Amino acid sequence: MLSRRIIPCLDVRDGRVVKGVKFRDHVDMGDILELALRYRDEGADELVFYDITASPEGRRADRSWVERVARVIDIPFCVAGGIRDVEDARVLLYAGADKISVNTPALERPGLIGELAAAFGVQCIVVGIDSLRDEDGEWRVRQYTGDPSRTRALAKRMLDWVVEAQQLGAGEIVLNCMGSDGVRNGYDLVQLRAVRKLCDVPLIASGGAGTAGHFAQVFRDADVDGALAASVFHSGAIRIPELKRSLREQDIEVRDAG
Amino acid sequence: MQVVLIDSGGANIGSVKYALERLGVNAQLTADPQVIASADRVILPGVGAAGPGMARLRELELVDVVRAVRQPLLGVCLGMQLLFDSSEEDDTQCLGLVPGRVRKLAGGQGIRVPQMGWNTLKPLREDSLLSGVPEGAQAYFVHSYVAPMGEDTLATSSHGEEFAAVVRHGNCWGAQFHPERSAAVGAKLLENFLSERLA
Repeated sequence: MLSRRIIPCLDVRDGRVVKGVKFRDHVDMGDILELALRYRDEGADELVFYDITASPEGRRADRSWVERVARVIDIPFCVAGGIRDVEDARVLLYAGADKISVNTPALERPGLIGELAAAFGVQCIVVGIDSLRDEDGEWRVRQYTGDPSRTRALAKRMLDWVVEAQQLGAGEIVLNCMGSDGVRNGYDLVQLRAVRKLCDVPLIASGGAGTAGHFAQVFRDADVDGALAASVFHSGAIRIPELKRSLREQDIEVRDAG
Repeated sequence: MQVVLIDSGGANIGSVKYALERLGVNAQLTADPQVIASADRVILPGVGAAGPGMARLRELELVDVVRAVRQPLLGVCLGMQLLFDSSEEDDTQCLGLVPGRVRKLAGGQGIRVPQMGWNTLKPLREDSLLSGVPEGAQAYFVHSYVAPMGEDTLATSSHGEEFAAVVRHGNCWGAQFHPERSAAVGAKLLENFLSERLA
């Protein structure tokens, strides 16, 4: 049986792992390789690296650290940040990334998703979606979220984008619920459930994990395939072996990394 | 030991090469028929789709070269699917080294396609490739197509339906999952493939 995935997310800036609250005020969390190895040893099922300033700065994620990670890590990892065309993706996949995730560039040019899927197969194309509920109650997508001064609200409805991205060739969707990010009050179950109904490919929840119970809740109540978190893992507030033990006790299938 | 990775254009070639490096083996990436023919072990990696995968092998004039390999050959993910007779994906004629036709995962309620993530292995019969890989061991899968079960199936896995996770036909082995990204379980499989005891 397929396991639910626990995915630590490492935001990368200038070759270091950083963490912000609600996508702002980033503080240094440590060295990329050190953290990657720590999570691998603790039993993470997959890692995601977001080069958070790549898109705002108009460049692609740096291949040098991707290659260093690929050499030492024996679990899959995904790289996100400023991937604008097939060539950008190829550089990162050939450097050893297993999947690449596109967000802002795919919003600017949705055809990018199809081009990437045609070149590498849907299975390595992840579409990241940053979403926030507006005053009218509608969830809409945001872009350039790596840099608060440039973050922009779009008219695009998040649910429409979820459907469109799949039609274009997304092999997986990561939904970053910006309203719950970094505040540790739990995943946005209402929003994730709404997306799940429209999402036939794997769906990863992101934003809001504070306790082991939040993970159990999002797997059970929103039926997501994976749950992503950053600060609770970086700070040690949640340790992956204990988290998995707790999920297993609740009959949620997770990988035993022994 | 001379290990070669066939330059099949798959995006996971780097990862496979690094996994072998972690086992102390410096594999050569090549499309040279002579280098492939003289190697002790041949690995056919691959990520992508069957059509472009076979087109790439034809373009490199490697189809007959791979068919003629008599040393242990390991296909990984798409590389395993290419070992079969044909694939429903792009309606592709494949290498014909293992009997059967690869088809699309049916999916269904709660069964997402592509399958992405860690799934359990159920060994069906003993084989030196799976030595030390216990029932219930988990490996990392990323795929939308599956090889059918048959006499050549060494281990199965299940995602809405049971499918061949590891196969063997003579000197050809295949793993549907990614050993290079399957932590200790994957390293064990690769180590077995490189072992002198592989039989």
